[in-house]
Amino acid sequence: MSNVAARTASSVTAVNLSTGKSKDKNLGSIVFLGALWFSLFFGIVVLVALIVDTAIDGAPRFDKYLFTNFTQTFDPTQAERLAASGRDPKVLSAEYSGFKSGIIGSIILMLTTAVMAIPLGVASAVYLEEFASKTSRFSRIVEINLQNLAAVPAVIYGMLSVGLMAALGAQRGIAIGGAVALALLILPVVIITTREALRSVPSEIRQGSLALGATVWQTTWRQVLPAAVPGISTGTILGLSRAIGEAAPLVMLGFGAINFAPAFPFIGSKIEAFPLEIYDASSNSQEIIRESASAGIIVLLVMILAMNAIAIIIRNKFQKSW
Amino acid sequence: MASHPATFSTGQSPAAAVDALNVADDAQTIGALPDDVVMETVNLNVFYGDFHAVHDVNLSFGKNEITAMIGPSGCGKSTVLRCLNRMNDLVPSARVEGSINYHGQNIYAPKVDPIAVREHIGMVFQKPNPFPKSIYDNIAYGPRVIGMKVDNMDDVVEEALRGAALWDEVKDKLKQSAYGLSGGQQQRLCIARTIATKPDVILMDEPCSALDPIATSKVEDLMLQMRKDYTIIVVTHNMQQAARVSDRTAFFTARPDETTGNRTGLLVEFDRTKDIFANPHDPRTEAYISGRFG
Ligand SMILES: Nc1ncnc2c1ncn2[C@@H]1O[C@H](COP(=O)(O)OP(=O)(O)OP(=O)(O)O)[C@@H](O)[C@H]1O
Ligand SMILES: [Mg+2]
Repeated sequence: MSNVAARTASSVTAVNLSTGKSKDKNLGSIVFLGALWFSLFFGIVVLVALIVDTAIDGAPRFDKYLFTNFTQTFDPTQAERLAASGRDPKVLSAEYSGFKSGIIGSIILMLTTAVMAIPLGVASAVYLEEFASKTSRFSRIVEINLQNLAAVPAVIYGMLSVGLMAALGAQRGIAIGGAVALALLILPVVIITTREALRSVPSEIRQGSLALGATVWQTTWRQVLPAAVPGISTGTILGLSRAIGEAAPLVMLGFGAINFAPAFPFIGSKIEAFPLEIYDASSNSQEIIRESASAGIIVLLVMILAMNAIAIIIRNKFQKSW
Repeated sequence: MASHPATFSTGQSPAAAVDALNVADDAQTIGALPDDVVMETVNLNVFYGDFHAVHDVNLSFGKNEITAMIGPSGCGKSTVLRCLNRMNDLVPSARVEGSINYHGQNIYAPKVDPIAVREHIGMVFQKPNPFPKSIYDNIAYGPRVIGMKVDNMDDVVEEALRGAALWDEVKDKLKQSAYGLSGGQQQRLCIARTIATKPDVILMDEPCSALDPIATSKVEDLMLQMRKDYTIIVVTHNMQQAARVSDRTAFFTARPDETTGNRTGLLVEFDRTKDIFANPHDPRTEAYISGRFG
């Protein structure tokens, strides 16, 4: 029996397998493969071209002033000479303009956003995953709404925050208003990624803990959450990297040009956001300021890529194989 | 499964075997019961939603005895076992009728706290499930969460690891991750983790099914050694294992419902292991332990 099978197999090999061509390499599949390559190529070329073009535009302005100076500033070492020449120091100082207020502002915004979004998001996700009944109508409604909220445009959250700030009688353009909008914006992302991280913790871990006489609360706090931290931080950083580039809701909130460092405690002071400052600079009448906008774009890109890289590193480093 | 002729391997013609099963359908043989009963199930019925998973199980578990539960897949062994320390509470659709008495107290009585039940009745799972922590923390976790009074946690850890015959293998790497241990060592770690909280009864659901023969025999030796301190209830698919380690054996089978076709598990025979294996009363038990079905 097995002999027959073996013989048949060997003759099949001799007859059919060395045809000298490959069925994988007919015209149709080559054209299709070409189309796939072109699509990929197109996307990458456009992106690279955009980045290179921006980088070349901004090349004259990659200097330390980008980080150390405000938009309207002038080099103190030049101040006397400028004043003596009788020309407008503001015009001349354009060469030294920087994004200090925007960078500081965005850092404050990110920290405040994180402080609000992470505890709220993680707590919501823990409730939904570990405590709420999975089949109840309430859970299903929340589930659907979460998916929808993740797709809501940022300006809507901006409007919401404007309303909230107005109701509180707060000043326009202060850090907390922007942070509220951004926190609302990334909350669904934080909740969804945290739930995924919690779900990826095997149920055997929970059962093992409960079987020892631990409560659900102890099990969540001491086993499930620590095991989910890498996933949670990855999701949160990705959410924040989305928030940091966001300008629209901040415009609605009256974020504007600020030429000073915000005062402590930062959340109540007027601040400027990096993307907004870049936007302003890019429509300036002076060439040298528009150049600084290009340089700023590259800096912002690097910041966002760095955040994403950190997220990926955390994910890979702490990835667990259960 | 029993109704599918292809699963009968040898001996009797399939039809005859089916007959043997149907004749004694509702019969139940209960042999000698233990004198010192730690736990007993009284008319235990378990439902998952509308599905009647286990029908009228009456079992008694003797102190310092190993009781084995055997039977074909899907007959409800794990279901019964999980009820014994209320782990089945975690299945939202599960519902239990009848009572389970632990030292005379019904653990399904309304005022009973399942957390407290699990402190007394520990459980070891089929797949080794150490926590993603160090070996030391795996053991110390139980005593910490139940708020056990300990003078020196190091001693508790050592005692538990010695109790699970694991101390010599891991004493130099207590701070290393438990995931670095072999499957058999992980399973003994899970046993050590369970005995660290000093339970009274230990439930084991196919504790060796993920282990190789050498690791299996180590766990079996361990069970025999633990019997002097604990009451052990073990589910197993391995008949030799049941014969080797257990004092008493409960044989379950599943009976399809005439109308719905759902297979409800029921207890067929419960007796001393040596009697069940040497002299089974019920033809279904005999068919199962001689390997003719299941
Ligand atoms: N969580 C659950 N929800 C619904 N039905 C379940 C659940 N767990 C088990 N069942 C059903 O209950 C019956 C008994 O299952 P159980 O796991 O107790 O069998 P078992 O005897 O342990 O089988 P095995 O030997 O394969 O482990 C099966 O029909 C199974 O499908
Ligand atoms: Mg089972």
